[in-house]
Amino acid sequence: MTNKIDIRDLDLFYGKFHALKDVSMAVRQNGITALIGPSGCGKSTLLRCLNRMNDLIPGCRVSGSVALDGRNIYAPDAEVASLRKRVGMVFQRPNPFPLSVRDNVVYGLKVAGSHDRRQLAETAERSLRGAWLWDQVKDKLDAPALGLPLDQQQRLCVARLLAVQPEVILMDEPCSALDPIATMKIEELMLELKRDYTIAIVTHNMQQAARVSDFSGYMLLGEMVEFGETNQVFTRPADKRTEDYITGRYG
Amino acid sequence: MKLFGEKGVERLLTGIAFSAISALLLIALFIFSEGLPFIMRYGLRGFLFSSEWQPQAGQFGIFPMIVATLWVTLGAIAIGAPLGVAGAVFLTEFMPRPVMRAVKPTIELLAGIPSVVYGFIGVMVLAPLIRSTFGGPGLSLLAASIILGVMILPTVISISIDAIMAVPQSYREGSLALGATTWQTVRMVTVPAARSGIIASIILAMGRAVGETMAVIMVAGNAVKLPGSALDSVRTLTANIALEMGYATGTHRQALFATGVVLFVVVMALNSIAGLAIRQKAGRR
Ligand SMILES: Nc1ncnc2c1ncn2[C@@H]1O[C@H](COP(=O)(O)OP(=O)(O)O)[C@@H](O)[C@H]1O
Ligand SMILES: [Mg+2]
Repeated sequence: MTNKIDIRDLDLFYGKFHALKDVSMAVRQNGITALIGPSGCGKSTLLRCLNRMNDLIPGCRVSGSVALDGRNIYAPDAEVASLRKRVGMVFQRPNPFPLSVRDNVVYGLKVAGSHDRRQLAETAERSLRGAWLWDQVKDKLDAPALGLPLDQQQRLCVARLLAVQPEVILMDEPCSALDPIATMKIEELMLELKRDYTIAIVTHNMQQAARVSDFSGYMLLGEMVEFGETNQVFTRPADKRTEDYITGRYG
Repeated sequence: MKLFGEKGVERLLTGIAFSAISALLLIALFIFSEGLPFIMRYGLRGFLFSSEWQPQAGQFGIFPMIVATLWVTLGAIAIGAPLGVAGAVFLTEFMPRPVMRAVKPTIELLAGIPSVVYGFIGVMVLAPLIRSTFGGPGLSLLAASIILGVMILPTVISISIDAIMAVPQSYREGSLALGATTWQTVRMVTVPAARSGIIASIILAMGRAVGETMAVIMVAGNAVKLPGSALDSVRTLTANIALEMGYATGTHRQALFATGVVLFVVVMALNSIAGLAIRQKAGRR
């Protein structure tokens, strides 16, 4: 197993606010890496650094390096749009476009300039199957995506990502809007997806991190307090603060 | 000291609101009661579709004015809508938010410039320019369309900006996260999501263009004839009323009120369509 992403000495400022402090960690290829920690500690911020979504926030400054396959994505000559095709993101709240189910799935392909109808249809089916959504929506591909139940919307967001065949999938609390059964489905889906993709997930649910992830990072106030194999982080934490958090003595 | 109780204030406000509404209703009623009997007598077909407008001879066909109004309005939309929507998109999606927040009120201020001023610029600058470039009288359908196109810009821009701002940021993020460029995101997600608000802005602008009088009188030339080209002098429905109401009497006066009825119906229809478009969008969310 090799590192797909290497984060070194990453600092991030929102204006004057120091949101990430000298963070270093790695995201292993074909693994699931979880970021845990109390809310506001910078998990989403760190995740959004991996596909440069923070570029959209005015006044946000980043220093340090994030290497994808050994190349710094913050290098001056790095191309953001092509980076985001390789590193896709599923958001906390399902955010399908106000388009049909089909148009949502093929959106990324159209953006990439593909308009061949048959190829689009094939990719749509493959992606929806990949997100375990095909059977539920195959008869309503032209229905508005916003009419689907929330968990199907979230899997649609996964499907629309799979369509562009990213290398890395970032998930920011993908289950926080879902009920336990839908959550379980997404978790199983992640375990299936990690065979072909590299996954990084933010969760405030420690059971979830323990269940699905191979590596875990515990963050506190913008710092990476502890990072290692999930098994070890959860059973033999090296840091007292991690232990307090996972045993529920935090705060 | 309490001047009014809660109930008193409520009654006062109800009274004010009611009198405002009834004033509008009375105006509408007045126009219709003056205009409708004429239409009944003269015949709707003859009134709307005859091209002879000769008040002295008792002929009241407003077809040329209807056609002129239509063309002038369409021309104004053809010029103002693309510019306005493009401006709104540029300001919201490509400019830093503080810049947009500073520019938007400035643009809205343009709506407050008296239309005489626009007309004045049209007469002094635009008409001579058209005359020397394309020929014709200068005061023309084209001049009226351009001036109106500029006059509706604040309406289109301001309401379109509101519509585009109302598009959830999560749509943009979703699109960018799939590797789309800002421009692709605008074209494929943001503008389609704001479509109904943008359409509403254009329809409201149409209402303004149909109803605008002073600037049009000044630049359109006001000849009562079917326009053969954009360079011809035309007279719109509003211009017709404003130009002749001063001296019209009897049937002639009634015919002008009937023209007002036609305008009233058109503008009301446009506003209702705009309202529907806006409400439809609210319902979809
Ligand atoms: N756009 C922003 N501007 C300023 N501060 C922000 C912004 N987004 C997040 N923050 C701050 O950065 C810190 C980390 O936020 P976030 O990464 O969302 O935490 P988490 O995902 O762990 O709950 C918080 O203190 C939050 O208030
Ligand atoms: Mg978060």
